[in-house]
Amino acid sequence: MIELRSLSVLFDGAHAVRNVSLTVENGEWVVLIGPNGAGKTSVLRALCGLLPFEGEVLLDGRNARELRRRELARIAAFVPQTPETPPELTVGEYVLLGRTPYIGYLASEGHADRVAASRALDRLELGSFAERRLGSLSGGELQRAVLARALAQEAPILLLDEPTTALDLGRQQRVLELVAELRADGLTVVTTMHDLTLAGQYADRLVLLDRGSVVAEGAPEDVLSVANLASYYGASVRVVEDEDGIFVLPLRR
Amino acid sequence: MAVDSVRTRTDPRVRARGVPRPWRFIAGAFLAGSLLVGLGVGPVGIGAGGIVESALSHVPFLHVHSPLSSVQEAILWQIRAPRVVLGALVGGMLAIAGSAYQGVFRNPLADPYLLGVAAGAGLGATLAIAFGHVHGSQELVPVAAFAGATLAVVCAYALGRSAGAARTTGALVLAGVTVAAFMTALQTFVQQQRTDTLRDVYTWLLGGFATAGWGDVAVATPYIVVSSLVLILHRRVLDVLSLGDDEAASLGVDVRRVRLLLVAAATAGTAAAVSVSGLIGFVGIIVPHTIRLLVSTSYRAVVPLSLVVGAGFLVLTDVLARTALSPSELPIGVVTAFFGAPFFAVVLRTSRSMR
Repeated sequence: MIELRSLSVLFDGAHAVRNVSLTVENGEWVVLIGPNGAGKTSVLRALCGLLPFEGEVLLDGRNARELRRRELARIAAFVPQTPETPPELTVGEYVLLGRTPYIGYLASEGHADRVAASRALDRLELGSFAERRLGSLSGGELQRAVLARALAQEAPILLLDEPTTALDLGRQQRVLELVAELRADGLTVVTTMHDLTLAGQYADRLVLLDRGSVVAEGAPEDVLSVANLASYYGASVRVVEDEDGIFVLPLRR
Repeated sequence: MAVDSVRTRTDPRVRARGVPRPWRFIAGAFLAGSLLVGLGVGPVGIGAGGIVESALSHVPFLHVHSPLSSVQEAILWQIRAPRVVLGALVGGMLAIAGSAYQGVFRNPLADPYLLGVAAGAGLGATLAIAFGHVHGSQELVPVAAFAGATLAVVCAYALGRSAGAARTTGALVLAGVTVAAFMTALQTFVQQQRTDTLRDVYTWLLGGFATAGWGDVAVATPYIVVSSLVLILHRRVLDVLSLGDDEAASLGVDVRRVRLLLVAAATAGTAAAVSVSGLIGFVGIIVPHTIRLLVSTSYRAVVPLSLVVGAGFLVLTDVLARTALSPSELPIGVVTAFFGAPFFAVVLRTSRSMR
C-alpha cells in the first residue's frame, strides 16, 4: 500500500507538486494523468526517493524517509520514461542488474539472484532472449526487457513513468496487458500515462494532476469528463462510454 | 516456454559475465611475456630461462643456482627489475583508473587526467624542480607532483559540487577543465621564469622510467594496490552506474557517495603513478577500449583486465622507448601514442567487422 500525505516537491524554488494526498491499495493500478508539467513524474520520483520532498510517504506502512536506499529499492521498483539500456549488455546481464538491492555492496550475484532474473525473463516471455544484446532488440522487446529488470527487483510496488511512449498502438496494448497480468501476482502499480483512452481502459483509478495539485480523482468515467479535459488540458474532446469502457476522442475545433 | 521454464528451475541461464576464461589466460600470458621481455631485452641480453632460474634462486629453500654472472645479476635485479615493475604498476594503474573514470562519468573519452591530475602534478613537479634545486633535493619531485595532482582534483570536485555536480557529471568535467587550465597556466609561468630548469621540467613532463629504482616502487605500490583493489571491488557497481544516475539510485546505490569514492581511489592511484613516472598519456584510454572491443563492455571484465593488460602494455612500450634509439631513450609518452594509436585503429576496424 502507498500513502502520500501532503506530498510537496520543490523544483528550483517552485512547487512541482503541491500538497498531494493519495492512497493506493495493495494490488491496485492507479494512473496519474495531467497536462505536461502537471507534476506526474515528480510524484513518481519522490515516491522512490529520487527527489527530496516535504510531507510523508508511507510504503507498505513504512516511512520512506526512514528507509535506507536499498530497503526502498526492495519495496518499490522504478522505470523512468527513457531508461538507459547500454546496447552491448545482454538481456540476461541487464535483468540481473535489477537484483542490485539484494546483493551485498561489493558482492556479486548468487544462484538465487540468477533464478529470480530467469523467472522475470520467463514472466515477460523473454526466456530465449537472455543472450541477445539490448542493442539488437526492437522497441517492444526492449520495453519488455526493461519491465523484466524491474520485475527482477521483486518489489511489491511497481512505478512506471510513461511505459508506452515510443511504442506503436499494438505494442502499447501488449505492454499494458503484461502489466495487468503482473498485477495478478499481487503487484501494486502506479504509472503516468499520456494516452487518456488507454489510461481509462487499464486503470482501476485515475488521478488528474494540474500544476502540481490533484484536481480530480476516481473511476475513469468520473475523471475523464468533457469539462475536466477542457479546463485542465485545454482540449476539446468527445467522451464515449459503452460496455467496452471509456474512450476519449479529440475533436477538431 | 514450458521447456524454458523447466530448464530455469534446474539451472538458470542468466549469468553475469566476468572475465571469460580464455581471456584470463591470454591476459596473464601477455603480462608474463611482457615482464620477461622487459627483463631480458637491453644492451646485455638475458634469456628467459636465465631470468626464471635467477628469480627462483632468490626464493629460500628451493636450492636453485642462478646461471647468471654477478654483473648480469646486478643488471637484472638492480636496474631492469625495478624499471619493469614500476612500468607494470604505472601502466596497470593508468589503465584501470581510466576504465573507472569512463564508468563513473559514462564518457568513453574520460581518462584518468580528466579532473586535472596531470596539470596539478605538472605544477607540483615544476615547482619542485624550479625551486627545489636551492635545497639540492630531487626527492621532493614525486611528493610535490602527488600533492599537486591531489589538490587539483579536490579543487575540481569542490568547484563542481558547488556548481551542482551532485546531479550531473557535466559540471564536474567542466570544473576539471577549469582547474586544469588554471594550473597549466601557473605551471607555464613558473617554467618560463626559471629557464635554467626548463630541460628538467620538460623531461619530467614527457614521462619515463629512466631513473626508476626500488625506492620509487616502494613509494607508489601502496597507493596503487589499494586503489586498484577498491576499483576492482566496484566492478559490478560500475555496471549498475551504466544505467544512469536515476536508475542506479532507484536500485539502491548511493550514486553520489560511490562516485566520490571511485574518483578518490582512481585519483590517489593515478597521482602516485604520475609522481614516479611523469605524464604518460593514452594508456588510460587505449587499454580499456581495446578490452571493450575485444572482450566485453561489462566493467566486470574491463576493470580487472585493464589492470593486467595495462601493466603489460606499458612494460612493452618502455622496452621500445629504451631500445629503439639505443643508447638514447625516447620519451615513453611518444611511444605509447606512436605505437598505440595505429594499433588501436586496427582494433577499431577489425572489431567492427567482427560484430
